[in-house]
Amino acid sequence: MNSTDIIGWFAHVGLADRPTVGGKGGSLGELTRASIPVPPGFVVRTAAFELFLGALEREDAIRPKVEALGSEQLSEITALSAQLRARVESAPLPEDVRAEITAAHAELCGAAPNEPLAVRSSATTEDAADASFAGLQDTQLWVMGPEATLQYVRSCWASLYSVPSIAYRRKHAMPESGVAMAVVVQRMVDARSAGVMFTRSPLTGDRSVITIEGAWGLGSAVVSGEVTPDRFVVAKITGEISVREISDKHIRHVPSEGGGVTEVETPAEIRQAPCLSDEELDALREIGRKVERHYGRPQDIEWAIDRSGTILLLQSRPETVWSSKERAPVAKPADNPLSHVMNIFGGRR
Amino acid sequence: MSTSDKTKGFPLPSSLQVIPGTERAQAAYPYYMQFTKDDDERFWFYNSMHFPEPMYVFDTITAEAAYVALGASNTRVQSLPTTLGIDCRIINGRFYIGGNGVTDPAEIARRTKEFEQRAFYYYANWERLFAQWKEKMMKLIRDAQALPKPTLPEFEPLENVHAGRGIASNHYILDTYQKTLEGYFRMWHHHFEFLLLGYGAYLTFFNFCKKAFPEISDQTIARMVAGMEAEIFRPDDELRRLAKRAMELGVDGEFREGASPDDILKAIGNRGAAGKAWLEDLALSRDPWFNINVGDGFYHYHRSWNDDLSMPFAALPGYIANLKAGKTLERPTQKLLEERKQLIADYRELLETDEERAAYDQMIHLTHRVFPYVEGHKFYCEHWYTNLFFNKIREFGELLSQHGFFPKADDAFHLTHYELKAALVDLMMSWANGSPPRGIAMWPAIVKERQAAIDEWAKHNTPPALGPVPDIIDDPSIVMLWGITRENLNKWLEADAEPNSNEIKGFAASRGVVEGVARVVQSVEEIDRLRQGDILVCRVTNPSWAPIFQKISAAVSDIGGSMSHAAIVARAFGLPAVVGTGTATHRIKDGQRIRVDGGRGVVTILS
Repeated sequence: MNSTDIIGWFAHVGLADRPTVGGKGGSLGELTRASIPVPPGFVVRTAAFELFLGALEREDAIRPKVEALGSEQLSEITALSAQLRARVESAPLPEDVRAEITAAHAELCGAAPNEPLAVRSSATTEDAADASFAGLQDTQLWVMGPEATLQYVRSCWASLYSVPSIAYRRKHAMPESGVAMAVVVQRMVDARSAGVMFTRSPLTGDRSVITIEGAWGLGSAVVSGEVTPDRFVVAKITGEISVREISDKHIRHVPSEGGGVTEVETPAEIRQAPCLSDEELDALREIGRKVERHYGRPQDIEWAIDRSGTILLLQSRPETVWSSKERAPVAKPADNPLSHVMNIFGGRR
Repeated sequence: MSTSDKTKGFPLPSSLQVIPGTERAQAAYPYYMQFTKDDDERFWFYNSMHFPEPMYVFDTITAEAAYVALGASNTRVQSLPTTLGIDCRIINGRFYIGGNGVTDPAEIARRTKEFEQRAFYYYANWERLFAQWKEKMMKLIRDAQALPKPTLPEFEPLENVHAGRGIASNHYILDTYQKTLEGYFRMWHHHFEFLLLGYGAYLTFFNFCKKAFPEISDQTIARMVAGMEAEIFRPDDELRRLAKRAMELGVDGEFREGASPDDILKAIGNRGAAGKAWLEDLALSRDPWFNINVGDGFYHYHRSWNDDLSMPFAALPGYIANLKAGKTLERPTQKLLEERKQLIADYRELLETDEERAAYDQMIHLTHRVFPYVEGHKFYCEHWYTNLFFNKIREFGELLSQHGFFPKADDAFHLTHYELKAALVDLMMSWANGSPPRGIAMWPAIVKERQAAIDEWAKHNTPPALGPVPDIIDDPSIVMLWGITRENLNKWLEADAEPNSNEIKGFAASRGVVEGVARVVQSVEEIDRLRQGDILVCRVTNPSWAPIFQKISAAVSDIGGSMSHAAIVARAFGLPAVVGTGTATHRIKDGQRIRVDGGRGVVTILS
């Protein structure tokens, strides 16, 4: 496991490396270093993208063409997007980039070269923008073999030139020179159940509870909103389960035979069964607490449980909605501590 | 409490009919407890937490003495700014009560000034005053124990005559009776000396937690506050100790499920030195810890364990079986205290700022100081003293029944305390004059009629509340003591509106989900109907029911909050519990299958 300018293994990168490994890659590295289980993998650093793009720019300009457009020129953006995406997805990779990714792939997969992998874009933009960017980039699940992996790395890069991505950057007049993308390549979790977890209440901002949402199969069904997940609220400290809403999870995402993901109907006998046991909820709570402690602030987390019952995290990022709200203190210390009782005895105020 | 929206509300008091045939029994209640037309203007709720069963007229003395003392403390002694005392009315044997809020800001300000000089002094000197309270309370108990048994010998004992006492035995009937009543009224003053202040400090912390952590459960806050050594846990602890002693002494085989306490005691008595040693241990436990009654102490027939060993002896075989199965019975108090400390520290860490942490520290500190009183007073007041009181009244009943006033000693409880005094004076005159008492021609029929009324009233449900719904309830005594909130009232109204829904909502008191057979226990006499694994459904539970919690799989009650003893005991036994449902005993039929979700506070009727 040697990390280089092009490849960064999770164990060797952290949040400080965001400029070269992106938010997702940095977070997965940070979690790995904090001994929080994540599916093993590496990041194709932004340097690889730069090398690749440099080679393409030498053939025909890319960045100047984007910067020449205004955000309102939608038809021009659409035309350029199609052209650029086709180039990024089809142009050959620089030989050193190709070699390093192939070698890292072989090391990650070991004796099973067709080990299914997830290939996920990892943007380098800052927090706030990142939130708006979420979902604009690509994640490809169940990718098998080195060639497919290389192809999807390029798809991730190409997603930078999707119509909404370009339009967004033009709207905010972002310089193209700062636009780069890292790509996460990691082992796929054959998830029995998967979903998201918030280490504070999305409804009230309460930091003493963890909200867990999940469904059967891969987490993509939950993240994309195609299934109504089960919803649990667990007390962060005590583990009490105060809300347990079990939904009708009519579909689930499973790997398809030739790679990728497919949606299938959930077998009738488990549609309305909880996708998590109480023990698993408790284990998720422990992990959520640990991650929050590590980062020192509430987190939004994506998790999966594999077929052997092992819990793995796929992503953790800081919660932004409640954390950025101004809030009056619940109470202030009083010169006479007894005067607090006037809140009860003094009537409404 | 202001009122609005009169269309959506509970029935008016004037719309409640006295059940036909019970009019005379209703009229026997003191005039100051009868509803009149003026009462329609106010909001009342059925105090089924304290008085879940129709009241014998004598037993109304408990409400009377309690509200005399509670009101005095609120209105005159501590000067609570926003509330005076509690008014009470009774109809068909059911007590309705209403708060007496203060809403004028100038008056609140005036009362606040007084409050700060009074209540704050109590808080500041809590430990000293509470130590003094225990001494006062023990003296009161000793005084009550020292009252003589009322007797009327044929001739005045010779030693009294020779001593020149000059006062005959019949006078001491009145003397002892009046002292008995006086002591009971005094006890209730002691009871309320600290109670509202204690609950108030607790609720201050409680509200802080609810604001800082909107989704925190009531039970978690309760765990941060609860002490481990409160007297109210002792009776159950004593049973565990006795179970262990029985094992050590090898007499555990005598505790057979279903055997009567008398048979078991006899069998142990025959076991020589080991048996004698266990009986000595039992005697140690009984005085004073078996002075706990099987109710909340508010009914004369809620007898103490000392008076009726059935409850403790029904529990002992279970504890012994647990010991044999290798379970340890001691409550791990040290561990629980450590857990409490950790819980407080963990929640503290979650607060956003150091400022909030400082306020939190101040509030939890005060709560921990006051809480021993909140947890501990019940044993002395509602249990120990109340047992002494009702047993003394029973002695007067015995005397009257010997003289033909009515068939049984307990019939005395069909007389108000005024009527009982009249009957005793009647007896005093009869003993003095050598003529038959006049009451023997009158009381048997009245007693019969009033017993029939109690039986009849027990068959009828009564609305949970009466009158217009207040906009909000901010009367701290009502919120604290009865857990009545506007939200609760809405639940009650909703339950009325959709009686066919299979779901009953209440407070989530102890987490876990259990399905099983509902055993609807209307009164304490029916406790023996509970079978292993049943779900207890009752109006209200109380601390002395603790031993039966090893038998049941979940508990549901009509009344009670997260700090009610049902909730505390359920948590200690790890059983799901939903309390304060308002209507569970009406809506669940005995024998139905139900699901209790104690984490969500929902009971579902399955069949």
